[in-house]
Amino acid sequence: MSWDVMQQYLPLYQEAMLLTLYIGWIGVLLSVALGLVTALVVHYKIPIISKIAKVYIEIFRNTPLLIQLFFIYFGLPKIGISISAEMCGVVGLGLLGGSYMAETFRSGLEAVDKIQLESAMSLGMTHFQALRHIVLPQAVSLSMPAFVANVIFLLKETSVFSAISLMDLMFTAKDLIGLYYKTSECLVLLVVFYLIILLPVSVLGSVLERRLRYASFGH
Amino acid sequence: MQALGIEVLFKGSNFARLLGGLWVALEISLISVLLSIILGIFFGIIMTSKNPIVRIFTRIYLEIVRIMPQMVLLFIVFFGTTRVFGWNLSAEAASIIVFTFWGTAEMGDLVRGAVTSIPKHQYESSYALGMTNVQTYYHIVIPQTLRRLIPLSINLVTRMIKTTSLVMMIGVVEALKVAQQIIEANRMSSPNAAFGVFAAVFVLYFLACWPISLLAGFLEKKWGG
Repeated sequence: MSWDVMQQYLPLYQEAMLLTLYIGWIGVLLSVALGLVTALVVHYKIPIISKIAKVYIEIFRNTPLLIQLFFIYFGLPKIGISISAEMCGVVGLGLLGGSYMAETFRSGLEAVDKIQLESAMSLGMTHFQALRHIVLPQAVSLSMPAFVANVIFLLKETSVFSAISLMDLMFTAKDLIGLYYKTSECLVLLVVFYLIILLPVSVLGSVLERRLRYASFGH
Repeated sequence: MQALGIEVLFKGSNFARLLGGLWVALEISLISVLLSIILGIFFGIIMTSKNPIVRIFTRIYLEIVRIMPQMVLLFIVFFGTTRVFGWNLSAEAASIIVFTFWGTAEMGDLVRGAVTSIPKHQYESSYALGMTNVQTYYHIVIPQTLRRLIPLSINLVTRMIKTTSLVMMIGVVEALKVAQQIIEANRMSSPNAAFGVFAAVFVLYFLACWPISLLAGFLEKKWGG
């Protein structure tokens, strides 16, 4: 273990962390958007589209991200759909995350009792008002633990991007190990940088969860 | 079909090789799942302990597993420990160690959740009916715990299978690696093989995981809450 070597590698890791964060968070945002739309489509049972949404959820929840990325990155160009590695990472993460988020939001929406919506509407609220003021706040707080778990899961999954030669943390570590054989230093730095990315999310998640449990009805 | 490269699958024993590759991944995940379930049950029971020191240690273990990507753990065990301690570890053994380490924590958390979700009055009512401690656990607590636990642990199996696709990165020859080999071997005769073969791997993984997910969903609905 030598500190000099680690210091020397530090800038490379910083750069890789920025890329990981950049792709990770765009992917997470994309998956939240996609998940919300898909969950609403399934919840309101919009004909045909909800069938497609269900198929999409099943397919992407039951295949590994690595396989999806290989298919998108190496397979699709053969039929004329060619995209860059970054784009491929974002799309892959977005599609995978969308299916997980959709499940989370859907079960959150389902967990809110129907009587809540009916009571709100009987008080003269429109459907949209009831959704905005009554149903969604409860659904969000119910699905928050699973939501945070999904975000952590997605940020962790970014490590798979190294397989399609995106220069993320994992790729940098692997590359440096291959070049200079400073295995322990590289792995320690790798762990430290993943902790820097994920520990705040995990801590924030448990704070948020406690806050929401406190805010939920009956406590 | 020529353009999509699907015909490559039917050349020689390519499809059988692909299935063989999938089986390698499945084997690793099944062994890891079995070990994780056994160890996870013990770990879960330890987690319900009220001893603060035990709680801190289990918490740290759980947090490490939650935060570290499995790929990083694989690299640490396969490249890191072999270098530091100077032992020899096959890629398969390294993956089984990592997935068991990961699965035990996840399973333990599920067991803890299921055990603590049984309300206190269940115990009290059964004592009030004159049941002994053993009877209470046998007739009241364990059946309810299992009903909550089984669907969740079946889900863990699918997650395990999906995660084992990563073992390719430390050199285990599983479905994805075999797919790459097939594509390379047929580069000249069918340049579009990448589409067909990777699509096949995609479908194979889906077919391996989907029935298990369906079973978990079905059991969850049947035994609900």
